[in-house]
Amino acid sequence: MDMFAVWYFIESTINGALIGLMYALVALGFVLIYKSTDAINFAQGQFVMISGMFVAAMAGDYGLSIWLAIPLALVLMILFNIVLERVVLRPMIGRPVVAIIMATIGLAAFLEGIFPMIFGSATRSLDLGIPNTPIEIFGGNVFLTPINVVGGAVAVAFFSVFTWFFMKSRKGVALRAVADNHQVSMAMGINVERYFVLAWSMAGVVAVLGGLLWGSAIGVDNSLAVVGLKVFPVVILGGLESIVGCIVGGIIVGVIEAWGGTYLDPAMTQPWFREFFPFEGGGTKDFLPYLLMIVVLFFRPYGLFGKVIIERV
Amino acid sequence: MFHRESGYYKTSYEADSALYPLPIARWTIVGLVVLFYVVAPLAVPDYYLTILNLVGIAIVGALGLNILLGLTGQISIGHAAFMSVGAYTAANLATRFDLPFWITLPAGGLMAAAIGVVVGFPSVRIKGLYLAISTLAAQFIIDWFIIHTPAISGGFQSSIQVPRPSVFGVVLDTQRELYLFILVAATIAIIMALNLARSRIGRAFIAIRDQDIAAEIIGINVRRYKLIAFAISSFFAGVTGVLYTYYSGVANNEFFPLTVSIDYLAMVIIGGMGSVLGAIFGAAFVILLPIGIDLSLSSIGPYIFENQGVLSSVKSHMRLILFGGLIMFFLVVEPDGLNRLWLNIRNYFRIWPFSY
Repeated sequence: MDMFAVWYFIESTINGALIGLMYALVALGFVLIYKSTDAINFAQGQFVMISGMFVAAMAGDYGLSIWLAIPLALVLMILFNIVLERVVLRPMIGRPVVAIIMATIGLAAFLEGIFPMIFGSATRSLDLGIPNTPIEIFGGNVFLTPINVVGGAVAVAFFSVFTWFFMKSRKGVALRAVADNHQVSMAMGINVERYFVLAWSMAGVVAVLGGLLWGSAIGVDNSLAVVGLKVFPVVILGGLESIVGCIVGGIIVGVIEAWGGTYLDPAMTQPWFREFFPFEGGGTKDFLPYLLMIVVLFFRPYGLFGKVIIERV
Repeated sequence: MFHRESGYYKTSYEADSALYPLPIARWTIVGLVVLFYVVAPLAVPDYYLTILNLVGIAIVGALGLNILLGLTGQISIGHAAFMSVGAYTAANLATRFDLPFWITLPAGGLMAAAIGVVVGFPSVRIKGLYLAISTLAAQFIIDWFIIHTPAISGGFQSSIQVPRPSVFGVVLDTQRELYLFILVAATIAIIMALNLARSRIGRAFIAIRDQDIAAEIIGINVRRYKLIAFAISSFFAGVTGVLYTYYSGVANNEFFPLTVSIDYLAMVIIGGMGSVLGAIFGAAFVILLPIGIDLSLSSIGPYIFENQGVLSSVKSHMRLILFGGLIMFFLVVEPDGLNRLWLNIRNYFRIWPFSY
């Protein structure tokens, strides 16, 4: 094997891992809500989409500075999530999982309809001032995409802050208590409903971050919500209760996708491959994370870092 | 003859599980059969027949998902993938082996059922969210395999032309003929679903839905029945796919994306989980909603919006908005769906004019 192939492998892996960190950031919003309120949010991708769309529309169509549009989007998303929690999800506490999943799927459809109707469905670009020239490392042998580097760095920074928040701060400890057991934390004097609101607001903040990063990486339109579909392999691989699992799951999904794109897709056009597997075209990155997830589910049904639940009648 | 009972007078299990609890039920059925089999094909114009056809196809799929979601309590976000499996199975059999529809229709269903058992296999170990996501994964994986395997998808743009079905030498190619074809299929599906719910299998499903561990303790083989539920539900989905293929004349992957799975989930939820009548209501509602929006906005829209472009954009987005909004509304306000509304109306008239 020559050196070129090795560098190629490293490049694909690092870029994949950086993208995976960006996935993990989106997945964090999902895990936050699931951990603390037991609600399953299938609309996380749409949250990312609407915050990206809002910022892009404010900056593009209304001539606002992007650094003014971002705080506006933060406020909007936090308010929106608080209202959502109050109006839709709180009445559904204690209902079957299926009902909550369906409600958020309905919400996803609703958001995919209303935001493009208000702001127009054309694809916008979101310019954060990140340069386009690839970053060279290892003496010019490996090229990294700048937006991925920024995204990965932001994700790492955010995860560090979050870990500190959950482990050290008073509110974080309370939130962990709420996540663990609603009744006991209520008995300990924690205002559970207020912490629900806190969790949803934090999910809103994460969605805005995700919207900015993903929006500037792939452009802003309805298809930005597809990022949300990648959240599921991430959280299942990592385990739904764990923030560390979220990062690990994200990196695994990102790297698997990158390998699929760089190795499996070209291999599929080769005659020796087609002799065994009569497949056509590429696009393996769309389903490889899911395939891996199914395999993991068979051996570890609660993910790599998930809590094993024992049920009693 | 045309009365309803004034209280609860059943004294045996047979009476409780009867298909026609009252004479009026029998008469209603006769009325509906005459309406849909005789009056509709003679009197309804072609355009409205196409809508009825779409509703009929959707009813079969919604009944299938209802068995899984409403009776057994297992969620599946991959229902459309099974339709795709059924559609391509039937299309390949019909084009390569010239098989008639009465073989391809059950064959498509059986193939989908076989795949459904494989997809349902995780349900043995996991439930709730994990199951939802693994069926979502099935949707992506099945989709990918069908599109990227030329042997199944027929290569270019993964669409296969299928010949129209023929019955006793008559080729069904007008909407009116297809209507009767789909109507018969939907009727059989409805009868099957009604009888399933009151059989041993159906009661086992309901026990699993209500409390799976307790069901296991009273002697129900939970694993087996969960897989049976997936098989039956996927069979219905496969048949839906075959019907849609014969209806449109083409088997195409693009008819069955993830959004169709969500449409069917919405049908079951909006109609009312666990009831056959609810599935029928839901199917009709979800199919009619975009048509209704289109008609109403076309008539009143020009008075509200000056710009034609704005109007068409509102029209195309309004469907998603109302669709999502209604799902949330029904789940929060009326979890039992349209079926509950219908029961409320019926119960009101049961003792009408002396309402207390």
